[in-house]
Amino acid sequence: MQKEAAIREPLILGHKTYHDVTEDVCRPIEDKAPKMWYILFGIALVIGLYGVGSIMYLLGTGIGVWGLNKTIGWAWDITNFVWWVGIGHAGTLISAVLLLFRQKWRMAINRSAEAMTIFAVFMAGTFPLIHMGRLWVGYWVMPIPNQFGSLWVNFNSPLLWDVFAISTYLSVSLVFWYIGLIPDFATIRDRAKKPLAKKMYSILSFGWSGRAKHWNRFELVSLVLAGLATPLVFSVHSIVSFDFATSVIPGWHTTIFPPYFVAGAVFSGFAMVQTLLLIMRKAMGLEAYIHTKHVEYMNIVIMVTGSIVGTAYITELFISWYSGVEYESYAFINRATGPYWWAYWSMMTCNVISPQLMWIRRLRRSLLFTFFISIVVNIGMWFERYVIIVTSIHRDYVPAAWSMHFPSHIDIAVYIGTIGLFFVFFLLFARFFPVLALNEVKTILKGSGQSYKESPDYHKHH
Amino acid sequence: MSDKVLYVMYDDDEVLKNSAKKLVAKGVKISEVFSPFPIHGIDPIIGVKNTRLGIMAFLYGLTGLTLATIGMRYFMVVDWPMNIGGKPNFSYLENMLAFVPISFEFTVMCAAHGMAITYLLRNKTLPGMPAQNPDPRTTDDKFVMEIRLSENHKVTESELDGMLQEIGYLELDKKEIK
Repeated sequence: MQKEAAIREPLILGHKTYHDVTEDVCRPIEDKAPKMWYILFGIALVIGLYGVGSIMYLLGTGIGVWGLNKTIGWAWDITNFVWWVGIGHAGTLISAVLLLFRQKWRMAINRSAEAMTIFAVFMAGTFPLIHMGRLWVGYWVMPIPNQFGSLWVNFNSPLLWDVFAISTYLSVSLVFWYIGLIPDFATIRDRAKKPLAKKMYSILSFGWSGRAKHWNRFELVSLVLAGLATPLVFSVHSIVSFDFATSVIPGWHTTIFPPYFVAGAVFSGFAMVQTLLLIMRKAMGLEAYIHTKHVEYMNIVIMVTGSIVGTAYITELFISWYSGVEYESYAFINRATGPYWWAYWSMMTCNVISPQLMWIRRLRRSLLFTFFISIVVNIGMWFERYVIIVTSIHRDYVPAAWSMHFPSHIDIAVYIGTIGLFFVFFLLFARFFPVLALNEVKTILKGSGQSYKESPDYHKHH
Repeated sequence: MSDKVLYVMYDDDEVLKNSAKKLVAKGVKISEVFSPFPIHGIDPIIGVKNTRLGIMAFLYGLTGLTLATIGMRYFMVVDWPMNIGGKPNFSYLENMLAFVPISFEFTVMCAAHGMAITYLLRNKTLPGMPAQNPDPRTTDDKFVMEIRLSENHKVTESELDGMLQEIGYLELDKKEIK
């Protein structure tokens, strides 16, 4: 057992025993779902199905149903893709990077953050797929021997790098998440009373028995997966940024993009974690495990990454002027003062100013304020992608081709639909899966539980 | 051959670890420990060796890197040297930089999945496998040591009972295995 400094706030509040941890996490799964769950699930399902319907219509008709035109070939579709992938960066960052740094507070939030990651990457993956127009030939992005002559995919293209990056990221995150879930499923299996639940959790838990050798392997596998996932997280959003940075479009052709995108992704991902967890901890009675200190830690991450993003915005602006390239400067002047000024300034307000408020301790420890800021950041990060993508291409080298982008109702429906689907998945997760890594939390109970830390023997024996 | 198994239960990881230490010092072989979470420091006491899955992960990663290199060299240099802007791919090295992202991704993919599959197979934890923990409470808040008489020829059953009485435990369960 690991001791920690007395002045550190305990991570688990109240007088919990090992059994209490199991009870607190399993009870919401075993009890009947509250009425609110059905209401939220119903709303999410309707919105999600509307999105699915719109996607069907799009596939049947072609991507002409989007508001794209000859000048603006990428707009909401890729904006949404990058937005969702960015959100999907917090989960693996929390579980992998924070594991390597031995940050114990991650244990309360990693499970749901990873679930969020996986569902967000699902939603992200939808956009490039439907952007193909002909979804049924989507497998052409894989280097498969074929009868079109010697025709291979282009390994020099960042779009193909993206295919590999996203599929690796999705599948590795899924495996990482599931390997952690197995022992917790075993706990639910051993408590289950109803035969159907017992059967289902028995299949899901893969016959986990908690043997010493298995735990030995489990710990190493978690550590190595964390070691592999850490550079993976950074590589994925770097590669997403290459989609733009390797092109020759002023406003996209920027070497600062990879670190700037990664910081932005972590920024938006943590904001989404805050949005979800602040509701979930209340709804599922997990206030003792996910409390103000956890929220504060996450707000500090938001503040730091938000500051990196803000610095990147200003650097970009300065370099566009300093480069002396007329087209490059115009791309940025146009962003700030052109017809899309409102998108640019929404982005600036949401992403540069709002995280700076987290320097104030009272604000970053306020749950209500945190919830508000998390929504603001989510909106701001959507605008960031929209600004980068649309404002850079809507006025290109030939003024006769200048254009504006107006989203069609299918653009909007597909986007809102993915938000609905995301919540469908997340609500199902919260209903049937252990939302807290309960067996991992038990390992920090004696080191960081309030009742243990406050007991007189805590600092005696070693 | 019939065998008798003793399941000694505790409600605290530290207490189990201390008892195991005392038993092992007296020459008792503990075959297995079942616990809801990893008990740090139990492995050397009961003689569980460190896993070599890390080495496997490295080998799988190396396999991935090799496959990615061979594949991209074949697709982009040998089979169809793609000519982009008058800059054909003459050799793998000249075009290496463009291949770095996929080489990395594929290495990680092979290492992670290879290791995860090996882990599940070696544990024999697969969909549909039956649970083998002796008591359902061992995935909640109880910790169980398994002592097999067939692996303990130096001590008799009654001697073992005496030792356990002395050391203390929460519950003791004996089972005949045919």
